[in-house]
Amino acid sequence: MRMASRENRPILITASFIVLILAIGTAYTLATQGSASFISANYLLQQLQVASFLGIVAAGMMLVILLGHIDLSVPWTIAAAAMMATAVGGSWAVPVGLGVGLAVGLFNGLGVAHLRVPSMIFTLGVNAVLRGLMILHTGGFAPQTQSTGVMEFLAVGRVFGVPMALVVWVALSAVVVVILTRTTLGRYIYAVGNREAAAYLSGIDTRLVLIAAFVLCGLCAGLSGVLLAGYSTKAYQGMGDAYLLPAIAAVVIGGTNILGGQGRYAGTVMGVILITLLTSVLSVMQIDESGRQVIYGLVIIVMLLLYGRSSTRRQA
Amino acid sequence: MSDIALKLRQNLGLLLAIGLFVVFYGIYNAYHPRGFSPQILVQNANESFVLAMVAMAQTVPVLMGGLDLSVGALMTMINCLASYLLQGSPMEIAAGILICLAVGTLAGLSNGCLVVYGRIQPIIATLASGAVFMGIALFLRPSPGGNVDGDIAWALTNDLYEVAATYGFADGGDAAWFQWFAWIPVPLLLLVLVVVFVWLPFRRSVTGRGVYAVGSAEGAAYMSGIPIDRCKLAAFTLAGLFAAIGGVYLALQTSSGNADVPQAGSYTLNSIAAVVIGGTSLMGGVGGAVGSLFGALVIRSISFNFRIFDVDPLLQTLIEGVVLLAAVSLGAARILRVKNRLELMG
Repeated sequence: MRMASRENRPILITASFIVLILAIGTAYTLATQGSASFISANYLLQQLQVASFLGIVAAGMMLVILLGHIDLSVPWTIAAAAMMATAVGGSWAVPVGLGVGLAVGLFNGLGVAHLRVPSMIFTLGVNAVLRGLMILHTGGFAPQTQSTGVMEFLAVGRVFGVPMALVVWVALSAVVVVILTRTTLGRYIYAVGNREAAAYLSGIDTRLVLIAAFVLCGLCAGLSGVLLAGYSTKAYQGMGDAYLLPAIAAVVIGGTNILGGQGRYAGTVMGVILITLLTSVLSVMQIDESGRQVIYGLVIIVMLLLYGRSSTRRQA
Repeated sequence: MSDIALKLRQNLGLLLAIGLFVVFYGIYNAYHPRGFSPQILVQNANESFVLAMVAMAQTVPVLMGGLDLSVGALMTMINCLASYLLQGSPMEIAAGILICLAVGTLAGLSNGCLVVYGRIQPIIATLASGAVFMGIALFLRPSPGGNVDGDIAWALTNDLYEVAATYGFADGGDAAWFQWFAWIPVPLLLLVLVVVFVWLPFRRSVTGRGVYAVGSAEGAAYMSGIPIDRCKLAAFTLAGLFAAIGGVYLALQTSSGNADVPQAGSYTLNSIAAVVIGGTSLMGGVGGAVGSLFGALVIRSISFNFRIFDVDPLLQTLIEGVVLLAAVSLGAARILRVKNRLELMG
């Protein structure tokens, strides 16, 4: 039981930070506008819709971080998926976007699992290559960048008042939770993250686990790219740049160990909501970009300090 | 194995980086209409200095087994600070430079404190502190601008002749004895000075060797009584100093401060690439700042070549990316030198 409470601690702290942010925001709007717009259902639903894009990226990122790896190719995977999806257009747009994500993830997985290049290096290089490919793609001819109807429906449509993007995020979350808690793949991911050599000696094909996690991460990035293109009605270069660091931050704020092997998905969801709300509340409070960056960094530091001091010499 | 062979093997990464640099830069100069001339050297040294400093900054935490995602932001913050301080009388300028370097060093130290006393993983601690540094940079320079003393900016971004001419010693640079080295670009000289007077003494110090020991095996270093906390603090502090030097130079070079978020990010990422190309292991414990310096020069000389060979601008980023991926993968692929499969898994 002690283990469980230690894993739940970050989730509780994150939840109380979310309440705190909403309270500060509400106090601000009550004082300046006399309305409590931050706790209206409409505002919260809208924020959850915006959070979906980050949430989908973070879900994939978490799988990779649980392995003790990281995927830095996410920014241009998002952009590449969005650009290829819009370039193809028609009914093939969404499958093509997902296919791009899958292909990038597979490539990352092969490089990390078989070549054994540190994931940080390999995915960084893949990111640079994808960027080059996309610049070539947009420069050679003028490709179509308009998103299709299906993409826009998935991103901004509403079903019974609930944003479709949120529905997609919830569905994806369900899949990830099932994978992590109910399947052998999930067990293997935690095992490999804790100590790959031990997992290998227990008969787990650790290379397959690595590849599977990177493929899932690529797929998530691809899905997010498709949705983002639908959200802004077009695909453009650099559209994924704003998602890499917040995704990593969300996963870590949620209590997942950056060294792998430990973390719960609920924490990642909380982390995503916290980051989205923080960004939104700060911009409503008209704090300029510089102040937002400082507060953003300080919140991450304070929260990690609150989580208690991790053991310094894990592999001593 | 003989001593020389051992030394060669230990410095293979560094030699590879030097070799790559000689090849790329040689090709560039051979095809350049004014190749192998001092003017080209000055220009290229200017373009490479900041990345070289940021890459050296990145090296120290990496040697310790960490990673510093804030170097680009720290460099940018000091760049913005310097754009206010590098003006006035020579004394004021000198004080300004010292303040900039001190602030950068303190910022590096604060990273170290987060890691040592806060016990936050370096990659996350510097991710967060990088956001804070970027915020301060944006606060200092919401829009690009600044005022930097023209004389010092001109002198320090040219060759030694211009330094003498600007400040009127050695007969304004025309003295006969001065001609032997008047062509040397100041940034190149500064790099050598930083390596000789900061990096090499640090590497030979007890703390410096401790950084390598912590990176190789923290447990073993602890058992051997190495002051681990001091080594970690020193690694991040030195990274702060190196990044600050880069930031001050960027202010001299551009005569302004610019809190450019994408630019800071690309400096951080390029610094990691330069470190790997320079033969420093991301696992820590192996490598050095000189290798990263050449790694940075390799990255820069690749893009120099694009100018010569008139490469389609659309293809440039792709070629850069492929070369980067190939270089770092070859350098870092552990599958190539492993004897036991379990070693791969750590």
